[in-house]
Amino acid sequence: MQHKQISQNLNVVSLISVGKHPQSGRERRAEQDGRAVELGMNLASDNLTVLHAGDPQQQALRSYAGMGLKSIRVLQLDSAADAVAPLGNYLQQHGPDIVLTGIRAESGESSGMVPYQLAEQLGWPLVPRIADIVDVKDGVAEVLQALPRGQRRALKVRLPFVASVDNAAQEARQSAYGPASRALMDLQAVESATDDVRAAWEEAPARKRPKRLKVVKAKTAAERFKAATAKSQGDGGKVMKNEPAAEQAQAIFDLLIEEGVLR
Amino acid sequence: MIFEWLHPLLIAAALALAVIGAVRRISLWRAGQPAEQSISLIAGLLTIPKRYFHDLHDIVERDKYMAKTHVAAGGGFVLSAVLIIVVHLFGIESKILAWGLLAALALMFVGGLMVAKRRQNPPSRISKGPWMRLPKSLLSFAGAFFVLTLPAAGVLPEGTGGWILTIVLTALIIWGMGEMFFGMTWGGPMKHAFAGALHLAFHRRQERFGGGRSTGLKPVDLGQDILGVSKPTDFKWNQLLGFDACVQCGRCEAMCPAFAAGQPLNPKKLIQDMVVGLAGGTDANYAGSPYPGKDVGSAKGGPTQIITEGLVDPETLWSCTTCRACVEECPMMIEHVDAIVDMRRFLTMEKGNTPNKGAEVLDNIIATDNPNGYAPASRTNWAADQNLAVMKDVKEADVLFWVSDGAFDMRSQRILRSFVKLLKAANVDFAVLGDEELDSGDVARRLGDDAAFQSLAKRNIEIMSQYKFKRIVTTDPHAYHCLRNEYADFGGDLFKNVEVLHHTTFLNELVQQGKLKLDTFSGGTVTYHDPCYLGRYNGEYEAPRELLRSLGIEVAEMERSGFRSRCCGGGGGAPITDIPGERRIADMRMEDVNTTGAELVAVGCQQCTAMLEGVVEPRPEVKDIAEILADQLIEEVH
Ligand code: SF4
Ligand code: SF4
Repeated sequence: MQHKQISQNLNVVSLISVGKHPQSGRERRAEQDGRAVELGMNLASDNLTVLHAGDPQQQALRSYAGMGLKSIRVLQLDSAADAVAPLGNYLQQHGPDIVLTGIRAESGESSGMVPYQLAEQLGWPLVPRIADIVDVKDGVAEVLQALPRGQRRALKVRLPFVASVDNAAQEARQSAYGPASRALMDLQAVESATDDVRAAWEEAPARKRPKRLKVVKAKTAAERFKAATAKSQGDGGKVMKNEPAAEQAQAIFDLLIEEGVLR
Repeated sequence: MIFEWLHPLLIAAALALAVIGAVRRISLWRAGQPAEQSISLIAGLLTIPKRYFHDLHDIVERDKYMAKTHVAAGGGFVLSAVLIIVVHLFGIESKILAWGLLAALALMFVGGLMVAKRRQNPPSRISKGPWMRLPKSLLSFAGAFFVLTLPAAGVLPEGTGGWILTIVLTALIIWGMGEMFFGMTWGGPMKHAFAGALHLAFHRRQERFGGGRSTGLKPVDLGQDILGVSKPTDFKWNQLLGFDACVQCGRCEAMCPAFAAGQPLNPKKLIQDMVVGLAGGTDANYAGSPYPGKDVGSAKGGPTQIITEGLVDPETLWSCTTCRACVEECPMMIEHVDAIVDMRRFLTMEKGNTPNKGAEVLDNIIATDNPNGYAPASRTNWAADQNLAVMKDVKEADVLFWVSDGAFDMRSQRILRSFVKLLKAANVDFAVLGDEELDSGDVARRLGDDAAFQSLAKRNIEIMSQYKFKRIVTTDPHAYHCLRNEYADFGGDLFKNVEVLHHTTFLNELVQQGKLKLDTFSGGTVTYHDPCYLGRYNGEYEAPRELLRSLGIEVAEMERSGFRSRCCGGGGGAPITDIPGERRIADMRMEDVNTTGAELVAVGCQQCTAMLEGVVEPRPEVKDIAEILADQLIEEVH
């Protein structure tokens, strides 16, 4: 992907976490976080801060550094601590223009709540699942949001904002051993509270959720191809833009009941 | 003759200039890094004659005409040079010496004529340009000094000849000495003699002399500021010396599969580019074949300039299959593969720039210990029905069967199963490491990621060290090479008492001992493809052939076989970096096979099997020797 040379001195922070390889369970650079760093490097090269809250000794951080980072800023936390508050404080203090995260972590809570919680704490907008940031002009960024089946939605977002980076964004560049082993881990001691809620949880590997069977009634190969690739028509769904909020909420509520999500 | 004083003066001047040039040239080499193995000056120099007559000459000998030519021209010149100094410079008056000199010059003259003949219709592999004037220079040198020596030998009276003869002779002597003395150290074609002789003495792989073999890559010190070679001065000094020894004979070019496939690699040009780099300048004077598809003249470099930024395109480096055909063929014993991998190391470990699937494969190797990212716990799935002893349980066995990543590939599993069938039939006490085995690191290392390789090597060694066994046997020549030639750098004691064998060697032993009963093969003509990592890397050419013979097969040899076997295209990570060319190497190899009329091509490597089977049908069948043997096995019913 070719980026326009973005003239402003953008300050970008990419948040990184410790990933987990799906086959070996080994710690690694997380896929989406890697993309967040890649996007950050393309947007802000020198003004990019790559930020991690956790253990600075963690080897997986080195594989982010191998992308050519001179340093990684680490807010030193012990493993039981809640990362959101210290991250929020740090961002509040440094006031970057854009904060990039993955959509969902590969280990730990994996809830994907961090960007939302940060946005809430900072009072900034959150743009989920972005594929690219095409341009930033006069304090407004032109963002491409990734939709299913390769579709994109162009958005204009005022700085500062938090965005989570989708798998549709450019893949993280190769990590090289030399720079990885030489990068500086720039430590900052922070205060943190133990995440009590998490302490009570039990962790288990994620399992694929069962998929709803799709009955394809197609008779010919062409029809099957269409069924597999065409964008979903969403029979029965409806777009409600102008209705009063209560009506919209009721529609969502009804749907959740219908789908058996709420009982 | 007139001007008696002139010629000694000229000789002295030429020699003095040569010495200055030599000092300058040596300082260019010494800008490189210290060698791993230090060799004292005197001891080194003393090895030169023997190494010239054995090691170097053995390779030159493959081209009989050139061997004779070189003995005449080179031998004649060295003798002449010594005697010229004695007779003409120091003016020692001795008829015997003078006659000796005449004989040496005559020999050199004959050599010069032979060079001239070779260069009348030169094959495309040899460089033209300044090299085309070399025969004339040899003839001028030998001819002029011959005439000049006649009076000293008493054939002509002193003072014969007039102005004209003197002027002509003087001109020829200046030309001759300009090429032979001055050019030797200032960068003319004769530089190969100066650098070549010293390269014999200070070669980085001393083990290669006297018939030895040294093929394992040297480990990278991972603590260095720059990993791999970024600029010419990052090479070891004796590597730079080696580059300078190149005679541009193009034997490497003629053997290079990537060059033949039209990929942008020519080992000769690469070495010449290294010379451009170490001395500084451009490749405008290069007068040989280019990198296919690339123009000559725009490459620029210097001793401290990044090589891949303007001198050599990374694509050139990634085209190499590390087949070592060039190294095997090079009369100057230059180590192309070392240089290529050194530069790849920089691209991968510093730049993070391994092309195509490279990054993904390396990521997988790091995260899952196998190049395709399969679950490490599924490594032994292939053997679910094989009832194999696993080291973790038995702790001890005669033979450790190194399964390799073929475990994950359905085609390779057929080879593995055949081999197991043979082992069981011969009642061999063997065990596997099961899921504890990791990728050997071959691909990671050839792709330049020595860090990943070293990590795998160390972990594999640690695992193996827990168990007791006398031999490691593997069906994968790449793993074989790593285990046998490269792990020892990290292995401490493990390999002192353990022998590493390729399955063909081991099976041959079993057959010779009568432990396998085999039926005669009756399936038509068979040819054998030597895998690079079994043949050139490990010198095993015989065992596979003997095995085939034991089945009553008379191998229909390809022209390129044995140490001259052509690569299948599968080594060095080449299928992963996949640099486009005009042809596929595997297709060319299959054409070689077809010229023998074979219906079956026997191989000893799963990678070769995959590459050759990838050639579109109709084509001969491809089978590993283990499969062929297993098909002929007479199983005893108990
Ligand atoms: S590298 Fe060796 S084989 Fe190739 S041209 Fe030079 S001397 Fe000849
Ligand atoms: S190793 Fe093989 S592919 Fe590489 S340069 Fe030499 S001959 Fe060519």
